[in-house]
Amino acid sequence: MQISGAEIVIRCLQEEGVEYIFGYPGGAVLFIYDELFKQSKLKHVLVRHEQGAVHAADGYARACQKVGVALVTSGPGVTNAVTGIATAYMDSIPVVIISGQVPTPAIGLDAFQEVDTVGITRPCVKHNFLVKDVKDIATTIKKAFYLAATGRPGPVLVDIPKDITQHLAEFSYPQEVSMRSYTPVTRGHSGQIKKAIQLIMDAKRPMIYSGGGVILGEAAGELTELVRNLGFPCTNTLMGLGGYPATDPQFVGMLGMHGTYEANMAMQNCDVLLAIGARFDDRVIGNPKHFYSEDRRIVHIDIDPSSISKRVKVDVPIVGNVREVLQELIKQLAATREKPEEAALAAWWSQIEEWRSRDCLKYDRASAIIKPQFVVEKLYEVTNGDAFVTSDVGQHQMWAAQFYKFDLPRRWINSGGLGTMGFGLPAAMGVQLAHPGADVVCITGEASIQMCIQELSTCKQYHLPVKIVNLNNRYMGMVRQWQEFFHGNRYAESYMDALPDFVKLAEAYGHVGMKIEQPSDVEGALREAFSRKDDLVFLDFITDQSENVFPMVPGGKGLSEMILV
Amino acid sequence: MRHILSLLMENESGALSRVSGLFSARGYNIESLTVAPTEDPTLSRMTIVTSGSDDVIEQITKQLNKLIEIVKVVDLNDGEYIERELMLVKVRASGKEREEMKRMADIFRGRVIDVTDKAYTIELTGTGTKLNAFLEAIESDAILETVRTGASGIGRGERILKV
Repeated sequence: MQISGAEIVIRCLQEEGVEYIFGYPGGAVLFIYDELFKQSKLKHVLVRHEQGAVHAADGYARACQKVGVALVTSGPGVTNAVTGIATAYMDSIPVVIISGQVPTPAIGLDAFQEVDTVGITRPCVKHNFLVKDVKDIATTIKKAFYLAATGRPGPVLVDIPKDITQHLAEFSYPQEVSMRSYTPVTRGHSGQIKKAIQLIMDAKRPMIYSGGGVILGEAAGELTELVRNLGFPCTNTLMGLGGYPATDPQFVGMLGMHGTYEANMAMQNCDVLLAIGARFDDRVIGNPKHFYSEDRRIVHIDIDPSSISKRVKVDVPIVGNVREVLQELIKQLAATREKPEEAALAAWWSQIEEWRSRDCLKYDRASAIIKPQFVVEKLYEVTNGDAFVTSDVGQHQMWAAQFYKFDLPRRWINSGGLGTMGFGLPAAMGVQLAHPGADVVCITGEASIQMCIQELSTCKQYHLPVKIVNLNNRYMGMVRQWQEFFHGNRYAESYMDALPDFVKLAEAYGHVGMKIEQPSDVEGALREAFSRKDDLVFLDFITDQSENVFPMVPGGKGLSEMILV
Repeated sequence: MRHILSLLMENESGALSRVSGLFSARGYNIESLTVAPTEDPTLSRMTIVTSGSDDVIEQITKQLNKLIEIVKVVDLNDGEYIERELMLVKVRASGKEREEMKRMADIFRGRVIDVTDKAYTIELTGTGTKLNAFLEAIESDAILETVRTGASGIGRGERILKV
């Protein structure tokens, strides 16, 4: 029996086991929405802006390891979605975006709501497709899910012209897909793994540095086992937090621009570095020339060959699935009789403990004004360290990363690569849908939250009891900090004037709002908010305006050139 | 250093713009780029002449391999190879210089493929350097128009690029 292209789209998504579609209807996707209406298996979440749709699908994917799905219309639907797509791309998140397109005969004629979607999204997707024949819909969607989830994951967009969704075809969903031009490597080269083991055995000052690849590759268990077996120090990137338990003594904190003193010093001074699912980006190692100034051997495990030797030359590259490579590494290490020199390791640890005693994250706990760090620490206590935390971008993001100790992967969800303000709230919606009973918190600031504030309406419609922790310092805090440090205190346009009354705003959307101005009220407010299991609570914390994020490696500087408190 | 990269890619619309987009987005040089279908209609063969340090060329190769529609990439500079480029050049050819121009074309093993009272169109094949040498050998104000295809390359001997 022949069915319409629109019905084929829906049947494909059902076959893929999709639970939620985050979307917004419009002219070019009306037939697809019509088919959505006729079924009940797939649940659609109506966002209030297409950027929110992709962030929500992205948050969902990050929280539960499945492919997120967004559905948007042509033209402005797609252009609004681009920020979300680029966000997912930079953090390698598996998302499939289905976009409507004007009917095939109208393409290229500047039709109403026409944009070159494939062209606009090309630089920020893993791959994209324009479907020109109804018979190609099923295989294209199959390929899209396959590409999004395998290898180094990423967003894949499928653009479908309106007339194609009306045309009829037989439906059969391919069970498998193989592409001669796409064969991601999984197993690491055994010769390279042997070389890595030799370097590890010879290490006097070893360091393990892991990133988002460990989270995406489901390798937190393997990483933890490896680090504990070796007794080495371990640091995580912003994207890698939760890959190794933050409460473990072998964890030296996050590294990078706002990493801990001990993590950055250990990174700079180690003699053997094991980099796992991380990419030595500018926010992590600062100036590469300065990084080179110390001699060290580097082993780099990554699924993407192009991540290797991109910014930093490495000695032993191992291309493969992080989990499989770590399993092999653990097995081979267990089989060797050798051990790294214990005395050297002990001396290295005492050096690290000395750095750690610098207490680089200290702040004024007795302050009469609410310190943002204090709010995050209290949040950690109140939620027993067990919440899913999303964030926006800026100072609050860094404080969340520094002060909420993530012991598990997929609990910390933020836009690390693109740095997208507005990510936190819609991402939290996706997380809450993935884990309906869990505590989901969006740590944000009064500037970021206003970039996707409209999603408060979506939260109301779908009863998503997200807790919003707004660290309100009446500044775009990170911009203000840079202006203070590097632009002679000239706070150009970084003051958030004419702020809304967030309590009233939350109430206007049908939620609960709370304003907290005293440090002594912080804990009580958080406890009350989390006791309201069914309500979205917007907690507006009025925090210290002048607080800065420390340590800080200024742009262009090296890891050991931190500004400290 | 100058490198010639040879690619096999799916013969699909949009594949070319993925490659050219990659070069512009990441700031890589393109000296020339040619593409045409192969004996297998599902595949296109592309030749890119680029330049950069060894690190940059390594990144270019890796990034190209990452594109979903690219089936294979080889750097021809990794072995012996042959390189050819086709040039069509229209030159002024009247009076005394008419005979001179014909002789010059012969020296460079070019062929005159179109003739008018005042001009010749010459077809010339060779490496880029040879084509440059021809243009330098004739008087520059005699050149009316030049069209070059950009280089195509192939490995020497038994070395082949195939799926």
